[in-house]
Amino acid sequence: MSEFKTNSKVVKWIDHRLPIFSFMHEELHAYPAPRNLSYMWNFGSLAGIALVIMIVTGIVLAMQYVAHTAHAFDSIEHIMRNVNYGWLVRYIHMNGASFFFIVVYIHIFRGLYYGSYKSPRELLWILGVVILLLMMATAFMGYTLPWGQMSYWGATVITNLFSAIPVVGDSIVTWLWGGFAVGNPTLKRFFALHYLLPFVIVAVVFLHLWALHRFGSNNPLGIDAKGPQDKIPFHPYYTVKDAFGLGVFLTIFALFVFFAPNYLGHPDNYIPADPLQTPPHIVPEWYFLPFYAILRSIPDKLLGVLAMFGAIAVLAVLPWLDRSPVRSGKFRPIFKQFYVLLLIDVLVLGWVGAKPPEGIYLVLGRVATAYYFLHFLVVLPLLAVFEKPRPLPHSISEPVLKGGGQAAGATAKPMEKA
Amino acid sequence: MKRLFTAATVALLTTFGAGAAQAAEGAAIPDHEFSFEGIFGTFDRAAAQRGLQVYNQVCASCHSLKYVAFRTLGDLGYEPEQVEALAAQYQVTDGPNDQGEMYQREAKASDAFPSPFPNDAAARAANGGALPPDLSVITQARPNGPDYLHALLTGYEEAPADADLPPGQYWNTAFPGHQIAMPPPLSEGIVEYQDGTEATVSQMAHDVTVFLHWAAEPHMEARKRGGIGVVLFLLIFTGMLYAVKRKVWRDLH
Ligand code: HEC
Ligand code: HEM
Repeated sequence: MSEFKTNSKVVKWIDHRLPIFSFMHEELHAYPAPRNLSYMWNFGSLAGIALVIMIVTGIVLAMQYVAHTAHAFDSIEHIMRNVNYGWLVRYIHMNGASFFFIVVYIHIFRGLYYGSYKSPRELLWILGVVILLLMMATAFMGYTLPWGQMSYWGATVITNLFSAIPVVGDSIVTWLWGGFAVGNPTLKRFFALHYLLPFVIVAVVFLHLWALHRFGSNNPLGIDAKGPQDKIPFHPYYTVKDAFGLGVFLTIFALFVFFAPNYLGHPDNYIPADPLQTPPHIVPEWYFLPFYAILRSIPDKLLGVLAMFGAIAVLAVLPWLDRSPVRSGKFRPIFKQFYVLLLIDVLVLGWVGAKPPEGIYLVLGRVATAYYFLHFLVVLPLLAVFEKPRPLPHSISEPVLKGGGQAAGATAKPMEKA
Repeated sequence: MKRLFTAATVALLTTFGAGAAQAAEGAAIPDHEFSFEGIFGTFDRAAAQRGLQVYNQVCASCHSLKYVAFRTLGDLGYEPEQVEALAAQYQVTDGPNDQGEMYQREAKASDAFPSPFPNDAAARAANGGALPPDLSVITQARPNGPDYLHALLTGYEEAPADADLPPGQYWNTAFPGHQIAMPPPLSEGIVEYQDGTEATVSQMAHDVTVFLHWAAEPHMEARKRGGIGVVLFLLIFTGMLYAVKRKVWRDLH
């Protein structure tokens, strides 16, 4: 679309040597985007902003936090009471982690519905899965830092999972701990990694955006843009739409930070860590509950761990499991129903993950775990073969179908650049 | 699609919220009304001051309050001289002095409430093996903390006939498992309130809970006040962004 133009001599001088201004113009201003993106496309930029919020508040917390088992809990209380607006910074960081996950989970389920993982966006999708894994590692280690009861026991339970690895398992766990139990060396390395990983996430986010800008965004119709009439420049259309979405997000976020800052947390984490007293129920943060449910629904420890990691790995290979040429769930009548089932399934897993693994919860957890894997490994591959998609519209700017329209296939055509 | 996500998000927040997940555990805790509840909630200063009196005269002999500094009591409406006087009721260990020795002195406003026992082992030894927890964040550290604390302090009863209560244990309807090592701390008239309020068990339980909830979150009022401003600003700002968005997009449709 439009070339980068400027009257400033300084900007011209710099841009000639380091074309950073034209780069930003192309990627953030002129960048052509499909004209029909819904509000479901807001969650990518929201995730980026959530990441920035976490890094900024995290660095401020790190200036006061003490990574030592004897002082960590005290230093958090010091932040909450004596540091100016320390309570605000900590509550933003604490609730920010939850909201980051909410946004990213919605972002992922958006992709699942509109087939955003399909060619040519497989790598973009896989980079997203890598970001999810890094986020989980970061949040898990962050949760140990306040050194409350759930911090300590959560870290103990999760690091112990590695002991399921045959032969070397126990040695690996000792190595992870830096000792024979979760202790000071563990806390200090978790803090070092908790500081590092968000910046690794930033790097992967750049790759993710690079891959995105190669072919541009998918869209609710899941068909490729046919020409300039199907696209609009990112600025001002999507900048203002994203800004509005950000306003809504911040409003809901502020309601939690200011009026229910501990609602999403666990009261046990306000009890200082005590290695001699196991809490009656050890539960992870809510965003890990579906995976925790999968872990516990399998009676064998090693298989449970494999299933838990498998639940994420299966997402990485999704582009090769769902071979249907139609991207958008809009045109896939049967897929749509299974999609809703998957959404319910994951909510059930999350609910079961918060309950003790017994009786009806265990049964529900097992059924839901089975369906989770069936959905990806059996249902999606079969649907690609047997489902008859509805006819696709001819182009984005002409969503009203004239006549019979054209079935499937259309998306398989090579991408046309706007 | 959008509706589905909204519904899913709401379902998610309500199912996994600690409030919902926790309420089911332990004994049923009756709801007790406090002035600090709700988005406009504030601490009832008179109740908190009475609660401090209960803490000072009853709880402080067993429980520490180590994260609370005397200087912060000013928030409850005390004058600086009153704060000094409240602190001076306590002795703290300081030192070493220039002889190399530790010594006892009256607490100053800048000190935190000192612990009644030199260490956890001493605290256990004096309490039949049970450790009285620090009370600085106690209302945050229990599900529905304030309601629970009130229920705990008013929940002592005669043990049922079939309960086999070991010596040094007391029957409490609110405590998980019902057997608690803390002897009933409150009894009618155990403190004489300076403001003349009648010191019933329920009144003292209410007052000390208000005080301890303030102790757990001394910045709660600033948080809620700030929140109202921030949310109002965001609502207006977001409304304006929506109008701008409509205007920018109008020529496209
Ligand atoms: C004689 C010493 C003593 C006094 C006085 C005392 N407590 Fe306790 N308290 C204990 C002991 C011991 C425990 C531990 C009980 C247990 O774990 O079984 C305890 C436990 C508690 C708990 C934690 C219960 C739980 O859920 O784990 C709270 C809250 C509490 N006390 C509040 C108070 C308050 C408020 C007062 C003043 C009104 C007070 N206590 C006075 C000895 C005392
Ligand atoms: C991907 C982004 C991040 C996520 C998801 C994340 C997550 C978390 C979580 C869940 C906690 C525990 C909160 C609590 O219960 O108190 C935490 C604590 C903490 N984080 Fe982060 N964090 C991120 C980035 C950072 C960064 C960049 C820093 C910079 C050093 C940082 C520093 C800290 C510190 C010092 C604590 C301890 C203070 C506390 O617990 O409140 N975090 N983090």
